[in-house]
Amino acid sequence: MTAALTQLLHIALVLCAAPVVVGGVRWLKARMMGRVGAHPLQPWRDLLKLLRKRPVLADNASWISRGAPYVAAAATAAALALVPSFARGMGFAPLSDLVLIAGLLALGRVALALAGLDVGTAFGGLGAAREMSFAALAEPALLLAALCFAILAGTTSLEGIAVTFQDGSVGLRVSLMLALIALCAVGVAENARIPVDNPATHLELTMVHEAMVLEASGRHLALWEAASALKLTLWLALIAAVFLPFGTAPAGFAPLGWLIGAVLWVAKMAVLCLALAAFESAIAKMRVFRVPEFLGAALLLGVLGAILLFVSTRLA
Amino acid sequence: MLTALLLALAGLLVLCPVALLPRTPLGARLGVAVAMTVHGGALLAALAFAGVGLAVLVLGGLPPVALPLAGPMGPLTLAVDGLSAWFLLLLGLAGACSALFALAYEGTAPPRQVAAYPLFLAGMALTLVAADGLTLLLGFEAMSLASWVLVAGQHDQAENRRAARLYLIFAVLAAACLVPAIGVLAGPAGDLSFAAIRETPPQGWRAAMVLALVVAGVAAKAGLVPLHMWLPLAHPVAPSHVSALMSGVMTKMALYVAARLLLDLGGPAQPLWFGVPLVVLGAASAVFGALRANMEEEGKTLLACSTIENVGLVAIGLGLASCFRAGDLSALAALAAGAALLHALNHAVFKTLLFLGMGEVAHGAATRQLDRLGGLIHGMPWTAACVLVGVGAAASLPPLSGFAGEWLLLQALLAAWRLGDMAFQVLIVAVAGLAALAAALAAAAMVRMFGMIFLGRPRTPRSAGAVDGPILARAALLLPAALTVLLGLLPGPMLALGAEAQRVLVQETMEGRARAHVVFVGDGAAAYWPVGVALLLAACGIAVWAAVKRRAPVFGREAPDEPARGPAWDGGFAAPPPHLVCGDPLTQPSAAGLAQPLRRILGQGVLAAHEAVDMPSPGETRAARLEAGFRDPSEAWLLAPLARVRDAAVARAEKLRHLTIRRALMLPFATLVALLLLVAWLEGGM
Repeated sequence: MTAALTQLLHIALVLCAAPVVVGGVRWLKARMMGRVGAHPLQPWRDLLKLLRKRPVLADNASWISRGAPYVAAAATAAALALVPSFARGMGFAPLSDLVLIAGLLALGRVALALAGLDVGTAFGGLGAAREMSFAALAEPALLLAALCFAILAGTTSLEGIAVTFQDGSVGLRVSLMLALIALCAVGVAENARIPVDNPATHLELTMVHEAMVLEASGRHLALWEAASALKLTLWLALIAAVFLPFGTAPAGFAPLGWLIGAVLWVAKMAVLCLALAAFESAIAKMRVFRVPEFLGAALLLGVLGAILLFVSTRLA
Repeated sequence: MLTALLLALAGLLVLCPVALLPRTPLGARLGVAVAMTVHGGALLAALAFAGVGLAVLVLGGLPPVALPLAGPMGPLTLAVDGLSAWFLLLLGLAGACSALFALAYEGTAPPRQVAAYPLFLAGMALTLVAADGLTLLLGFEAMSLASWVLVAGQHDQAENRRAARLYLIFAVLAAACLVPAIGVLAGPAGDLSFAAIRETPPQGWRAAMVLALVVAGVAAKAGLVPLHMWLPLAHPVAPSHVSALMSGVMTKMALYVAARLLLDLGGPAQPLWFGVPLVVLGAASAVFGALRANMEEEGKTLLACSTIENVGLVAIGLGLASCFRAGDLSALAALAAGAALLHALNHAVFKTLLFLGMGEVAHGAATRQLDRLGGLIHGMPWTAACVLVGVGAAASLPPLSGFAGEWLLLQALLAAWRLGDMAFQVLIVAVAGLAALAAALAAAAMVRMFGMIFLGRPRTPRSAGAVDGPILARAALLLPAALTVLLGLLPGPMLALGAEAQRVLVQETMEGRARAHVVFVGDGAAAYWPVGVALLLAACGIAVWAAVKRRAPVFGREAPDEPARGPAWDGGFAAPPPHLVCGDPLTQPSAAGLAQPLRRILGQGVLAAHEAVDMPSPGETRAARLEAGFRDPSEAWLLAPLARVRDAAVARAEKLRHLTIRRALMLPFATLVALLLLVAWLEGGM
């Protein structure tokens, strides 16, 4: 019962937070560049506006164009429901496996790529090919980060990893630092942020994510925007849950602990948004075919992290 | 039960000559009736195999029975244990689907192809139920030979003849490795029965020799790197229902032989390195196959490359099971064995689905070239929906069956660092990364395939007119699609069902950890709840739909929230001229175009992929062209040197023609002496 309540509160919290995370990062970036910037709630307003608009589909669009946004939004929301935020012991905690979360994200990605190919436009195909290719390098890096966690925590369950890291027995490790960098690089690529992709661009040649949703409009576009906001929130929440596990309320009924946990979670997310905004403001976008080097570096860091762990367990 | 099995086998063997009945006097109608009888019989036999497999898995194995046929080394014996039963189930399910498809389309096939099909099925079944080495080889070679006839069926085209010749060479290579492997396993006593071999498992250099021979033989037949060259050539030229069986099931037969000879007959006392070759070759095949699938531009070739990938994943699982067993981690050994077996079954089903879907496409649009298809989802909605399920499974998306097998395999890999020394651990890290890379590459290849064939605009007028096949062909697609969904939701019960198969391989099962709704890795490690995931996804989907619906306004009475339709925005590109009914073909991505990022990222290094732009000089009116292609390194590094060796050997052998009779007689005599010396040495050495 408590588990179900925690789960519901978690879902409500992250759903409300997701557009604000996107809006917050945009606002912070604008401030850093000396602009006033749109209100952080602007993505919420956009979503509500888009939902009221009638979508326009291309003449030859099939049911893929109509169904894919729902699949992507549902898969991303399901993945986000599994990443702990303010408390442990949520109803879906037994399901919260890192490999499964990667699988759900892949489901959303495939839906997006298929939607991009559905109408047969040049940009849709270009974006789909690039998205799937970048993911091919991002996924092994994510799995190697998961391998580092599995060696330390004995499980790929996110709940188990977070609990192990929270009780402090793991300590500070170089491997975790490397895994963090790898995970951040993967997150940047998965969320189509600078330097891999520019979320604000409408210059077609540099687009990856935007190129696939060019044909979407109305509620379909709203769902794509929501899915990408949920994905950004998921990655930040994932990094917060694994690397900043302090202050999370233990399992069980603890309203005060939940409140503290929720406030701390908001603070952690704000810090991560600030870091993302600062990183994006400080760096330029890469050429598309430099991205493999960026992700390859993440992959190598994951390998290095795992090997360092083997060395250290041998020395200990 | 054994009676049913024998009846099915005998029935298949009877069907071969039936198909070859002279039919010219009575006209084409008798030919169709004969073909229908043969394929109907094959369907019944496949169902019998699946039934026997299921019954043995539930009720327990059948002890060895000697057939009244004696070979030169003793009677032929048959037995069905858990491992055989698991693969019989796989053979039965895939065989039934492809026989259904054959019933829909293959009425007018030439007799030689109709006749070889039941022999192909019977050979595979005999391989599985063999209880001695000779019967196993007999079945294996019958399977190879029958499938060669099927590949060579349309031999009027030069490329088919080339594919069939290459296929035959690799089949002979496999036999040339497996025959001595079984001989070495049997040892000097020469008793080929599996029970006798289990009594005296190979050790030391004999074990190493068995390992090398079996891995080489199996790699040639299953398509593991570097002996994979024949797969992308031979699988596409056979009829679709045969390619489905060759890709989905025949490669699994080779893996069955590996599991039987290395893990079961090799005995539990093998050291850690015994599993390493399979793990290494498996990882290489997984990445190589998946990457090549991203470059191919013909539908069935692409699927054959994806088979190389999945065979590699199963081989990783089998190798890991052997390693875990050597390291006394029996719970993890059962996990790895269960992962390999489950993925073999899942792949057999979804690859059958994809090949049959490709057959539908070939029937509907008269081509399998990705660059001549497009937009088939409108004319072939049933095929598109079924193939989409297969694509999801091949891209290992939850909650479909491909994800379940891959999740288990990745969990086994993530736990494998507990084994061995630093070198092995580093190897495991590399293999884990490569397995994840292969999964992601497979997703990219599947998206590209589905996008090119079913989405977008038609690239030729012929593909604009494609329609779904007859009801029987639809059933042949719906059955494996439903099985793919079902197997994805029920990995727990399937692992529990396959407990006996796992016990044969590693003397330990997933029992207790594989429940109806959840699979546990064990020791408090991760768990996978497929039904829970499916329900969560469904709940999220319904919630999203309801939330969107509540906000959506109402536009008129007839279509309350129907989207408006208009020309594609396409980045503001100008509308095509009226004579281009399906839009400007040049603005749609091509197969080579969709492959471009991966060709540049990985293809240039691994596959020697190249691109060249042929740009006309100013003033010329011809169009610019992009030439892109790749060369498989095993062609340059393996086949070409082998061909040179062959030519040199032939040139030398030609000289033997001019020997005097005295020297010519010396040759057989010297051979005889050498063989006798070898026998004497082997007898003394063992």
